[in-house]
Amino acid sequence: MEKAIKRYLPIFVLPTLAAFIIGFIAPFIMGVGLSFCEFTTVKDAKFVGISNYVKAFQDTIFRHSFWYTALFAIVSLIVINVCAFALALALTRKMRGTNIFRTIFFMPNLIGGIVLGYIWQLIFNGILAKYSTALALNQWLGFWGLIILVSWQQIGYMMIIYIAGLQSIPGEVMEAAQIDGANSWQRLWKVTIPMMMPSITICTFLSITNGFKLFDQNLSLTAGEPSKLSEMMALNIYNTFYGRSGWEGVGQAKAVIFFVIVVAIGLIQLRATRSKEVQQ
Amino acid sequence: MRNKKTLSWIGTIFFTILGLIYIAPIIIVLLNSFKKKSFINLEPFKLPSAKNFIGLDNYTTALDQYGLLKAVGWTVFITVGSVIVILICTSMCAWAITRVKNKFTNAFYLLCVFSMVVPFQMVMFTLSLIADRLKLNTPWGIIIIYLGFGAGLAVFMFCGFVKSIPIEIEEAAMIDGCNPVRTFFSVVLPIMQPTYISVGILETMWIWNDFLLPYLVLDINKYKTISIAIQYMKGSYGRVDMGAIMAALIMAVIPVIIFYLACQKYIIEGVAAGAVKG
Repeated sequence: MEKAIKRYLPIFVLPTLAAFIIGFIAPFIMGVGLSFCEFTTVKDAKFVGISNYVKAFQDTIFRHSFWYTALFAIVSLIVINVCAFALALALTRKMRGTNIFRTIFFMPNLIGGIVLGYIWQLIFNGILAKYSTALALNQWLGFWGLIILVSWQQIGYMMIIYIAGLQSIPGEVMEAAQIDGANSWQRLWKVTIPMMMPSITICTFLSITNGFKLFDQNLSLTAGEPSKLSEMMALNIYNTFYGRSGWEGVGQAKAVIFFVIVVAIGLIQLRATRSKEVQQ
Repeated sequence: MRNKKTLSWIGTIFFTILGLIYIAPIIIVLLNSFKKKSFINLEPFKLPSAKNFIGLDNYTTALDQYGLLKAVGWTVFITVGSVIVILICTSMCAWAITRVKNKFTNAFYLLCVFSMVVPFQMVMFTLSLIADRLKLNTPWGIIIIYLGFGAGLAVFMFCGFVKSIPIEIEEAAMIDGCNPVRTFFSVVLPIMQPTYISVGILETMWIWNDFLLPYLVLDINKYKTISIAIQYMKGSYGRVDMGAIMAALIMAVIPVIIFYLACQKYIIEGVAAGAVKG
């Protein structure tokens, strides 16, 4: 049978492979190569060694955007996962209307980042106007604004994953703990959370990488105001490419650095939580 | 027993209030979309009153002056087209590379997994150059880009499912004289239906809301998606028409909510399934 499929392999694989090369492999390889070149279009690319990387590391705004993004990713990770876990616990209990509540909490997740940004800009600036300030005037207002925005967007998503995890815990395990005299607090920490580690791994992985990659919401809510101080890494890279002529190579070098950071953080995070997973 | 019942009622009341707070931002935007534009920034939290209520004027402005209807049309076209192409091509591909084991198929699978963690900024500049060069900067061409960039997740999820299908079913079909193409479409495809739904939902959510990829790839003067149109209303004009933006936001949100309420069960299952595989 494998032989028969093998003869037909091109029909099955070629369309996806061709698109994958155009859409991912070629841009990726070219991107790595161009990070060592100076260019404005690809044709005039000139090899310049690691000078783009040196310029990228010397860029104080880029360094600031790294710390701002890292802090954002950590804070959003904690807020989103604590709230989502609590909601999942509450909404798997016997209570009227749990299905409607799940529907409501998940809904913001389907709205696009640009739209979300403008919805919340109206709300935040409406509130802040009472204190005669605005999102664009203070980078920490922008920071907490973004935290509230992504929490609103992603809590429902993570909640769904946690609910699926909670429902897969066998009832006997809980009963056994109850018979052994564990109170509900002990059951949460000694049974539920250890059994939920696979879901926790996924959710923390998703929320930390989402936090690092955030772009649309950043662009629409604060656009980096005031003076690029609320610019996160993805937006900083975008602005280096398209806002500063002659800096395309530096932009590409920053993109490579960004890629390495995202992969490294993803791997560290996976290793940290995977090691705490227990066999079911 | 009675104690438990009251506790459950307190929970219901608490979550009803929380739920209302949760949807309040959308309601506030909805109310503002009926106000005269100069009043929106002044008093965003007040209900529309007789002096600033202007009915659907903001909606007609958004549709007539900012070409929002066209943007909705292109977004629907790109999303539906891309999702159909992604589902057909990647499911075929995933089945073949799971059933044929050699170095090439294994490398392709690993590359697909790898592509899922690469942030878009890494490839955005070179991708937009390639798309330009190959004349893929149209709503038809962008479907190929979406197939390429969306292949990672889709191939990964389909492969996960194919591994769980007993190979005997396919062997039986082949012994009965089906060639691999026919085997795939008449035997494998129907079995994979739940995965088609999960992948379809995840890809739809991504493509419908995507901003940067179409912004960089499409010829913006001719084609805009909803996200691009809204960003343009705010970004490139000196005077910002808040009224039209409010109307545009509502028109961007309504199709999503309708879609969500109609396929809620599948969306929630799709998200849970995607997470387990991911």
